[in-house]
Amino acid sequence: MEKFEKLTGIAAPMPLVNIDTDMIIPKRFLKSIKRTGFGVSLFDEMRYNRDGTEIEDFVLNKPQYREAEILVAGDNFGCGSSREHAPWAIKDFGIKCVISTSFADIFFNNCFKNGILPIVLPQEQVDVLMKDAEKGQNARMTVDLEAQTVTTSDGETISFEVDAFKKHCLLQGLDDIGLSMEKVSSIDSFEEQAAQARPWV
Amino acid sequence: MSPKTLYDKIWDAHVAHEDEDGTCLLYIDRHLVHEVTSPQAFEGLRMAGRKVRAPEKTIAVPDHNVPTTAGREDPSQMTEESRIQVEALDKNAKEFGVHYYPVSDIRQGIVHIVGPEQGWTLPGMTVVCGDSHTATHGAFGALAHGIGTSEVEHVLATQTLIQKKSKNMKVEITGKLKPGVTAKDITLAVIGETGTGGGTGYVIEYCGEAIRDLSMEGRMTVCNMAIEGGARAGLIAPDETTFEYVKGRPHAPKGAQWEAALDWWKTLYTDEGAHFDKVVTLKGEDIQPVVTWGTSPEDVLPITGVVPHPSDFEGGKVDAAARSIEYMGLTPGQKLADIEIDTVFIGSCTNGRIEDLRAAAEVLKGKKIKDGMRAMVVPGSGLVRAQAEEEGLAQIFEDAGFEWRLAGCSMCLAMNPDQLSENERCASTSNRNFEGRQGFKGRTHLVSPGMAAAAALTGKLTDVRDLM
Repeated sequence: MEKFEKLTGIAAPMPLVNIDTDMIIPKRFLKSIKRTGFGVSLFDEMRYNRDGTEIEDFVLNKPQYREAEILVAGDNFGCGSSREHAPWAIKDFGIKCVISTSFADIFFNNCFKNGILPIVLPQEQVDVLMKDAEKGQNARMTVDLEAQTVTTSDGETISFEVDAFKKHCLLQGLDDIGLSMEKVSSIDSFEEQAAQARPWV
Repeated sequence: MSPKTLYDKIWDAHVAHEDEDGTCLLYIDRHLVHEVTSPQAFEGLRMAGRKVRAPEKTIAVPDHNVPTTAGREDPSQMTEESRIQVEALDKNAKEFGVHYYPVSDIRQGIVHIVGPEQGWTLPGMTVVCGDSHTATHGAFGALAHGIGTSEVEHVLATQTLIQKKSKNMKVEITGKLKPGVTAKDITLAVIGETGTGGGTGYVIEYCGEAIRDLSMEGRMTVCNMAIEGGARAGLIAPDETTFEYVKGRPHAPKGAQWEAALDWWKTLYTDEGAHFDKVVTLKGEDIQPVVTWGTSPEDVLPITGVVPHPSDFEGGKVDAAARSIEYMGLTPGQKLADIEIDTVFIGSCTNGRIEDLRAAAEVLKGKKIKDGMRAMVVPGSGLVRAQAEEEGLAQIFEDAGFEWRLAGCSMCLAMNPDQLSENERCASTSNRNFEGRQGFKGRTHLVSPGMAAAAALTGKLTDVRDLM
C-alpha cells in the first residue's frame, strides 16, 4: 500500500451532508473486476450530464479544484454500501485525504486500506477548513499525519486524532494481511480451542 | 464478573489476538461472498500465492448482477461486464473450494437470505460479507457486518478481521405494534429518530416486547437496516423463536451438537445491569406505517404526514432536504398519500422473505393493480419462490398484475437489467432511497411490503390500514 506521510495540496469543499457511496461511485461502475480506473467515474451523476459532458458548477469540474487532493465534506460522508470502489475512485482521482465531522464505519475503514487518510474533526473546525477550501487553488492545506495536524493556507493549525495502529500502517504503507499472517499461531490456537468449545461452527 | 451485553459476549468469544492498544484479530465463523465485491480479493490471493484459510466456512452466491427473468442461465441475458463478474465467482468458488450456490441451483438467492435459510447463520457467530446489509444476520444474535474488499481478502486469507470494539447502543421498542405496522416500519422509524449517522461507532441491540413479538423474518428486516442508521451491526438476542427457525436447517447442528449449541445459545443475552453507551426507546404503539419522502433513509414520516419544508431542518440538513425534495419532484406541504407512483418493487434482503410476500399477497388477494402500473415481485431466494408458489401467493401476485420473477437483488440496487428510468417513481420494499440508487434519476419511496402492495392497487402512496 502507498504510504501517507505529509500532503500539501488543494482542498475541495463539498458541504453536502450524507454523501453516500452511490453518489461517490454509482453501481454501474461496480462491474469491473479490477481495483483501478474508477477515478474518471468519481461522483459520476453529480459530475457529468447524461451525454458525458461535464456539469460546470460541480466542484471538481471547476478549474481551481480539478487537481484537488483533499476533500472537505459534510457530515456522515461515505454512508451506504460497503463498496471499496468508493475509496478506489477517490484515490484514483487523486484525492488522498477526506475531512468531515463523521464518516460511515465501513467507508472509514476502507480508506485506511487504500492509503487514504479520513480525518474526523468537530463542526467548528470543519467549518474553518471548509472556508479555507472555498478559497480555491491558491489556497493549499497541509496535512501532516506524523504530527496529526491540518494547517490552513493562513497558517492556522488544527490537531486531529487518529487510531495509533491505523496511523502506523498508513505511515509505513503496511499490508494488513502480511501483518496478520505474522500472528498465525494465535489464530491457529484460537481455532483449535473454538473447535472444542463450539464444534458445530 | 461485571455484567456484559450480548455484543460483549459474542466479541469476547471471538478474539483470537489482542494488541496492547485494543486492536484485535476477531475470528470469523462465516464468510459470505458475492460476485461484486470479491473478484479483486480472490485476485489478490492469487497474486500473493495465498489460499482461503477456511473454505468450509466460506459461502458464495451470485446475487447482485443476475437477471431475474426466465432463461437467465443463458449468459447472453447479461451484459458482458455482469457475465464476467458472475463467471469470475464461478471460477473462484471452484478454484478455492468454497461452498457455492450457482444461478442454476434452487437454493440460489440474495446472500443474506440464503445464509439463514441454509442454516449457515447461527446464534453467537461472527458473520461478515462484502456487503453492508450483512447486518441482517444479527437477527440470530450473530455479530454480523459488512466489510470492504480489502477486508474480504483479509478474511479469506486469515479467517480473521482486524477490529476495535464498537460501543454498545440499545434500541428498545416497548409494547405492541398496531395493526398494519410491521418490522419495516420499526426499523425506518428508528432511523427517523436517530438519523443515518446516529449509530456510527455503535453496535445496536434491539430489544423490547415489540421486537420479541417479531418472527425471524421480521427481526431480519429490523437488523438489515441497522447499517442505514450507521451502526456497525444490529443484534437481537436469540430465543425460542430463533431456535425454532434454525432447527432442522441443512447446516444447523444436529443431535448432541444441537443440544450443546442450544446450551450456549441460551447464555447469549445482555446481563442485568450491563452498560449501554446510548439508549433509544420508542413506544411500539406510537409507530405508524411510514414512507420515505427524500433521498436518505432518515427522511421518513408516517404516511399520514406531508412533505416537509427545508426550513423545518437545521444545519447542513437544510440544503440536503432542499436537494432531496427537488430530486424527488415533490412540493413541501404536499400530502404523502397524494404522491402518485409508477412502479412497485417487492423484494430485496430487507423484504424478500416468505413473510413479506404473504403480507403483500394478503393486500392484493382478489384485486388488480392500477392500470399502467409496473409491478414486480422478486423473491429473495429460489426456495422462497418455491414456497410462495406452493402457498398460492405467486398466483395472487400474477392475477393482480405483478411480474413474478426469479431470485436476486434486482431493483434494490439495479445492477442487473431491473432499473427505474429517469423520473420514474417507485414504492419499494428495499433499503436505500439514495439518488440514482434504483436507476439514474429514479425516485424511490421506501415502504413495507403491505404498503407497496397498497400503492400498486391505488397508484399512490397509500395507508395500508385503509385497505385492511
